[in-house]
Amino acid sequence: MGTSDKPHFHHAIKFREDICIGCSHCMNVCPTEAIRVAHGKALMHPNRCVDCGECYRVCPVGAIIVEQDDFEEIYKYKNRVALIPAVFTGQFPDSVAPGQILSAVYELGFTHVFEVEEGVDFLSGQFNNYLKQHRDVKPLISPFCPAIVRLIQVKFPTLANNIILLKAPIDITALRARKTLSESGLLPEETGIFYVTPCPAKIVAVKNPVGEEKSVIDGVINMNFLYNKVYKILRHKKDLKEVEGAVPLSQGAVCWSLTNGEASHMKQGRSLAIDEINNVIEFLEKVENEEVDGINFLELRACDESCAGGILCPGNRFLTADKLRKRVPGNLRGAVKKDTGTKNEMNAFLKDNMKLEQVIPRSIMKLDDNLAEAMIKMKRIYELNRMLPQVDCGICGSPSCKSLSEDIVKNEASLKQCIFVQRVMEQNEQLDSSDSVNIMREIWSDKKLDRNILKDGINDIN
Amino acid sequence: MQMHFEYSVEGGNFSQAGLTSSQVKKTLKQLNVNGAVIKRTVVALYEAEVNIVAHAYGGTILVDIDEEKIVIELRDEGPGIEDIGKTMEIGYSTATPEVREMGFGAGMGLSNMNNNSDLLEITSEVGKGTCVKIINHFKDDNNGNK
Ligand SMILES: Nc1ncnc2c1ncn2[C@@H]1O[C@H](COP(=O)(O)OP(=O)(O)OP(=O)(O)O)[C@@H](O)[C@H]1O
Ligand code: SF4
Ligand SMILES: [Mg+2]
Repeated sequence: MGTSDKPHFHHAIKFREDICIGCSHCMNVCPTEAIRVAHGKALMHPNRCVDCGECYRVCPVGAIIVEQDDFEEIYKYKNRVALIPAVFTGQFPDSVAPGQILSAVYELGFTHVFEVEEGVDFLSGQFNNYLKQHRDVKPLISPFCPAIVRLIQVKFPTLANNIILLKAPIDITALRARKTLSESGLLPEETGIFYVTPCPAKIVAVKNPVGEEKSVIDGVINMNFLYNKVYKILRHKKDLKEVEGAVPLSQGAVCWSLTNGEASHMKQGRSLAIDEINNVIEFLEKVENEEVDGINFLELRACDESCAGGILCPGNRFLTADKLRKRVPGNLRGAVKKDTGTKNEMNAFLKDNMKLEQVIPRSIMKLDDNLAEAMIKMKRIYELNRMLPQVDCGICGSPSCKSLSEDIVKNEASLKQCIFVQRVMEQNEQLDSSDSVNIMREIWSDKKLDRNILKDGINDIN
Repeated sequence: MQMHFEYSVEGGNFSQAGLTSSQVKKTLKQLNVNGAVIKRTVVALYEAEVNIVAHAYGGTILVDIDEEKIVIELRDEGPGIEDIGKTMEIGYSTATPEVREMGFGAGMGLSNMNNNSDLLEITSEVGKGTCVKIINHFKDDNNGNK
């Protein structure tokens, strides 16, 4: 499938062609219609994908993978910092103390460990100030979930200006970690900061951030990968000592990445939290139509149960969320000196560094930059779509009849790919059955149309 | 280049109110119309559409788009409007208690429509129906300077 525009986005989601069986499950669930099937393989349209991971959830053979940095990368640095999100601690059985999880992370070779949510209490104050200063924009939308930021860029371009231009807790904590280490005399170039991620969207946010030049984070480690490593250590060393002297992480901070985690902190007017990407799309349609009135703050998350439902979280999302809600306040890190003098200085530093640049829309909706051209294409799409059966079966390799029409107008598909059109053309003797079979082969591969597979099977049944 | 669309609206059916605005919004997004113009158009159209649902028995929405502008005509069968000048006043509303229960009836609709269209024309025949015409131009400089 050729694409006319050059790709805008880096993607952490990758399709492994050698494993893909061309079943089209992923194509049918993609919320931005970014996937097509050709030659028996799923193909991703890089401009449309927002790395939400819905495809990953439904792939029956594990052909969709999430890229990650080689773990050995951490040894390139003398000071190896792990940023652990609270959801990570929610993956383990109740019998494991959070302090033991931390010990295990140290054992893996990290020299410093920070909980991502340490930045939350500071950030929630900044969010409230921001809401106060931008009352004219309604609703303001949280920038927390990178899949949602990208969704807005591609599908709701008119709402790009509603996104709050402040960094997420992970960036704040990374900034804080970097500054703390360098102030204690460690060389910045010898410090590597690694984030343990629950999802591909956060990876993309590190590798290819929206609204900032370059992330402060040096690498990412996928949560399921780290989970296995930590779990192994915990299994073999049952008496692993907890890291002592924890500084409390407030309950609100622990739950920040859960549904309602942000919204419950916002004190300016009315806030609303929505999770799961299809729910978010449904609601943003209404927001875009200005049918929704009087909401000041919108927390939007791509995953059901928010980050507890991230695709790289090994645990069950409901149990994780419940565990976090019940977690005794307190964080994993060893005691830090409470010195208000340095605290004020730190906050001033964070304030100076927490702003994001404007979020630029990248519409996948527009048919052409030129209005007249777009109208011609739209007319053609309507005409084509009227000829199609509206069954949305996906046999053509596009997710719906409408999207096949669009693909045809973009010269990325042909009308004959529709199985109904083929049958009609055969009746009119415009196509013979071997042509139809060849078209199907192009979409679904020779293998799925091999006459020998069925022959024997059908004889057996008869 | 000209495009024409027609939609029908059912009076009293609030669950369907906004459907036409949604469709028109999608079309304008696909045509890569300036975001601010899309917003204005959708706001004006939505208010007009809800007015048919809230105050009339039913109607048709005709949408014509060319390279310069969008022209929307909402024709309804309904009670009509006696004093159009009065309905333009902020806060004037004859909405029934049921309509108010649905969250409408603040009397803001028409002034909102007025603020979000380059041209707004209302004609009405009492006892028969109302026709609302909205025109918005796609060029930026037509924004709001009425
Ligand atoms: N299509 C229509 N048919 C008959 N009367 C109408 C129609 N549209 C508006 N009106 C009259 O004009 C009044 C003012 O309309 P407007 O849209 O400004 O306010 P509203 O619909 O009453 O409340 P709101 O729009 O704030 O929910 C209505 O209460 C109604 O009496
Ligand atoms: S909700 Fe959380 S885990 Fe899911 S995509 Fe967004 S940031 Fe990632
Ligand atoms: Mg009204």
